[in-house]
Amino acid sequence: MGRGARKFLDRFAHRFIVVAFSVLLGFPFYWMFITTFKTTNDLYNLKNNPFIFTDYPTLEHLKLLFNETRYLTWVENTLVVGLFVVVITLLLALPAAYALARLTGRWGQRLGIAIFLTYLVPPTLLFIPLSRLVAILGLQDSLWSLVLVYPSFTIPFSTWLLMGFFKSIPRELEDAAMVDGLTRFGAFIKLVVPISMSGILTVVIFSFTLVTQEFVYALTFISSESHQMVGVGVPIYLVRGDVYYWGSLMAACLITSLPIALLYNVFLDRFIAGFTVGAVK
Amino acid sequence: MAISNRKLGAAMFLPAIVYVLAVIGLPFVLAFIYSVGDVKIASVGYHFVGLDNFRSVLQSPSFRRSLYDSIVFTVATQLVVLVGSTILSIALKDKFRGRGIVRFLILLPWVAPVSLGAIGWKWILDSIYSVINWLLVAIHLVRPFDTPMWLGEPTLAMISVVAVESWRLLPFSTVILLAGLTAIPRDIPEAAAVDGADFWRTLFQITIPMMLPIVNVAILFGVIFTFTDMTVVYILTRGGPYDSTQVLPSLAFFTGILGGDLAEGAAISIFLVPILIAVAYLMLRVAHRTEVA
Repeated sequence: MGRGARKFLDRFAHRFIVVAFSVLLGFPFYWMFITTFKTTNDLYNLKNNPFIFTDYPTLEHLKLLFNETRYLTWVENTLVVGLFVVVITLLLALPAAYALARLTGRWGQRLGIAIFLTYLVPPTLLFIPLSRLVAILGLQDSLWSLVLVYPSFTIPFSTWLLMGFFKSIPRELEDAAMVDGLTRFGAFIKLVVPISMSGILTVVIFSFTLVTQEFVYALTFISSESHQMVGVGVPIYLVRGDVYYWGSLMAACLITSLPIALLYNVFLDRFIAGFTVGAVK
Repeated sequence: MAISNRKLGAAMFLPAIVYVLAVIGLPFVLAFIYSVGDVKIASVGYHFVGLDNFRSVLQSPSFRRSLYDSIVFTVATQLVVLVGSTILSIALKDKFRGRGIVRFLILLPWVAPVSLGAIGWKWILDSIYSVINWLLVAIHLVRPFDTPMWLGEPTLAMISVVAVESWRLLPFSTVILLAGLTAIPRDIPEAAAVDGADFWRTLFQITIPMMLPIVNVAILFGVIFTFTDMTVVYILTRGGPYDSTQVLPSLAFFTGILGGDLAEGAAISIFLVPILIAVAYLMLRVAHRTEVA
């Protein structure tokens, strides 16, 4: 085989792999898209080619979703819980990360790893005792139960990410500020926090997307339809009896997923850095 | 100065650690206490019952089945993800036109909420309107009205939940491996090529061995994410048909929350702990090794 042919074959194989994986991984979202805009008749007619529109596209499923379901309530609940969780996460993780990066010395590294390991403790181990604690606190079926519990998985990872971020700030900056009369804590608030905005933003986005992705706690603690989060409300309550309203169901999946995916994509490299710290130099 | 630094450090660190201990540490300990007690959802008080819950759990066929299913689910998913993400990360390593959009498409399953992705698959695998079945009929691989019941037949249901879980984890593993690949100095594979090693030899003798530490990280996270996940199973099959896709976390949910037997549910979820400890230990070893290196 000549070099030219070989190169052509390599490129072909490369294209094939990339396209095949893109189709496999992206297909369900195409499927959500086409289901959203198909007429009911078109969806359930097995004679029609399901990959394309046989009838003209329709907005009937979107109208149903926005006018006759609690979808917007769930989105609102998710935004409210997300906001509170982000605030709690920042208030606790920022100082903790700074302490680990600068003040605790030799212990910092170990404590950092310890706090990261708590990220590995899964909700499916904790949800049974937590359901009882939530009941004792009188928070059953309340969004406050989620505001209380969600920081348990946003704080560890956020602390870990911010710790790496603070370590990359030159110490001399703070030393100079302290020579100019700021206390250590003052330097943290007035100097370190403002120049760490991109790291803070990463943590905000990360915590928020984690809130939207959570399923087990919301399913366990929240029992009424109107208090539900979008990630549980859509797959559980858009099913009426045994009938799935696939059009509006897929519309809800698509509309919810795309903004989250776009946000996450922008900050992805930082998250990955968080997961691979240590293993990649 | 040093002492005041230490005090300030403790004061800044303490709120976070107290919060995490209260919301993770306390329920973690309670899970063990419940598992040797008699707590029901509506019950008051607590009586120690020793290992009764574990005894009854171990005798239950549903539990044995779900322990087996959990292992199959986890191992099969990791195998698919490992092979898939190795191929994909090598294909994505070098820049090419359209890489940005490909990256976005490939990441979608990981970044979209898992429950919504799973319900999308439920529609794709629908018993009557499955698009996969339509395709199989169209290319005459199966006959109409005799199409596979993806979620209704035990073996197919397990294959389906493994496929969907792999679909979800593949992007995560791929980006982790990509991070590892880009960290391999370019001149090493290039030098091998100059010495006459072809693509496959370079791949198996240089690239893959150099990726091993990062592959470990990807596998460890993957095992945790899969072994402790109940969302995909809950949405696709609810553990059925006949418990054939029931995994430990979903069984704990059905027993402890829906069935109201918190103690037995806790006993079931305790079986997740050995895997967690093993992974945590291995992860610390990876972290330690790279620190020393």
